[in-house]
Amino acid sequence: MATKRLVFNFPPNLIEQPLTYQLITDHKLKVNILRARVTPRERGRLVVEVSGSKKNLDAGLKYASDLGVEVKPLAQNVQWSEERCIECTACTSICPTGALSVEREQMRVSFNEDKCIACELCLPTCPYEAVQIIF
Amino acid sequence: MAKTIQEINEKIKKGKAVVYTAEEIIDVVKKKGVKKAAAEVDLVTTGTFAPMCSSGAYFNPGHANPRIKLGGGQVTLNDVPVYTGFAAVDFLVGATAIPDDDPRNKIYPGKFPYGGGHLIEDLVAGKDVRLVARAYGTDCYPRRKLETWIRLEDMNEAVLFNTRNAYQNYNVAVNLSDRIIHTYMGVLHPELRNATYCSAGQLSPLLNDPFYRTIGVGTRIFLGGGIGYVVERGTQHNPSVPRTEQGVPRMGAGTLALMGDLKQMSNRWLRGASFVGYGVTLAVGIGIPIPILDEETLRFTTVTDADIVAQVVDYSEAYPKCVPGSLGEVSYAQLKSGSVTVNGKEIPTAGLSSYARAREVAGILKDWVETGSFLLSEPVAPLPSADSGVQFKPLNERPIVNNNKVAVN
Ligand code: SF4
Ligand code: SF4
Repeated sequence: MATKRLVFNFPPNLIEQPLTYQLITDHKLKVNILRARVTPRERGRLVVEVSGSKKNLDAGLKYASDLGVEVKPLAQNVQWSEERCIECTACTSICPTGALSVEREQMRVSFNEDKCIACELCLPTCPYEAVQIIF
Repeated sequence: MAKTIQEINEKIKKGKAVVYTAEEIIDVVKKKGVKKAAAEVDLVTTGTFAPMCSSGAYFNPGHANPRIKLGGGQVTLNDVPVYTGFAAVDFLVGATAIPDDDPRNKIYPGKFPYGGGHLIEDLVAGKDVRLVARAYGTDCYPRRKLETWIRLEDMNEAVLFNTRNAYQNYNVAVNLSDRIIHTYMGVLHPELRNATYCSAGQLSPLLNDPFYRTIGVGTRIFLGGGIGYVVERGTQHNPSVPRTEQGVPRMGAGTLALMGDLKQMSNRWLRGASFVGYGVTLAVGIGIPIPILDEETLRFTTVTDADIVAQVVDYSEAYPKCVPGSLGEVSYAQLKSGSVTVNGKEIPTAGLSSYARAREVAGILKDWVETGSFLLSEPVAPLPSADSGVQFKPLNERPIVNNNKVAVN
């Protein structure tokens, strides 16, 4: 079993494709949708956690890429700039997964990208644009 | 044994001053006791780094040829309008100013991506900014239009001037309503889902000198990464609020007006900030040295986060409508633990003031003193304290009826 957190970016013409359905039925993958933004005639964006055997996973992702969907690991999508962050902790009570967290002894803030689900809740909370989403 | 500021300065010059940060001093006094520590320690350094909206800077860019009178005209820097109501070319940038074409909250909540705070940050970073001016033209200042790139080093004078900084304590903000609200205390989620606070607590300057015994007009300080001065009590200075037994105000109290040469400062300690749905502000780094003149000054600096309490205020209803009172009192130790209990509900907390950066400021100031590059100044006048009767009053509105020309009482 392998698990990957991915971002699918769809061009407008692929929005109608039942991609997740195909991944589940044809490729026997477990697909957990973490976040979705689909607007007619615009690019769609789907953040998913996909698990399955390595072989099925590779085949499923190849199927998505061949369709024209851009597949990227999730980590690349949310960027935290250590330099811009002033460690105020404002975002840490909003972040649902603890990806942005405070070490309480020293009150230092850090970002663990493995925990980030790209929910974007921290974005409007940070006054210093220290967290950015790379679309 | 009492010490004087001059004696402490002599020790600083010889590299012999004993300095601790307001955080370190807590343990030092715990170990040595007040008496022994007061004899040994010369100075305690404090720090804070947080959004402080009543900040700004004034500039003199020099005269163009032919001359232009900016006073009475319209001037923007990077599209941010600046105040020109001075003689020919002085102008003032306010931290919360925003470009005329910013949509503000028309599409709620507004993003406020750029304003006076960011402009000050950009200038301090050494960036070129666009100065665009329109003037009415006079015989001695004939020019009506000016468009030029300009940067900090081109200015004759560039002075950070903040009318209210370093608030001694502050509200803890929550939202009792059923909708999300966007405030200067950050994004507050409905039905008490989060709480925000804004003070460096035990490191905060005025919480370590609660009755302003050493901090006064003329006190030399760390300001924005350079050297600055306390020039007056800040606006809304409110020293007469209720205090704890140790003298710590239980809510927002004293404030400081500060100034300093912007050219020495750095963009690590002056940062533009955008509060979604609210506006633009400037985060300012401030560090104030507290000379240990006697046991009492030392005792005040040993204040801990557990000793400092703040009032929990509802920002959906009570704050906008000036309803007095609070939902309860919590300590900074609780706030910094990550959750507090309000109305029987445990809610997560988050800061707006950076404790990590406050510690860094106090550390830098300590370093300056230890290396002899920072000497204490003697205050020339005290700030009004708890017994002064000074109080922060609300506005008494006297409506102007029928366009009458004479004020009514
Ligand atoms: S995007 Fe969501 S999960 Fe990731 S850091 Fe921000 S709040 Fe946390
Ligand atoms: S809100 Fe922004 S500046 Fe504050 S801790 Fe989070 S990422 Fe850093």
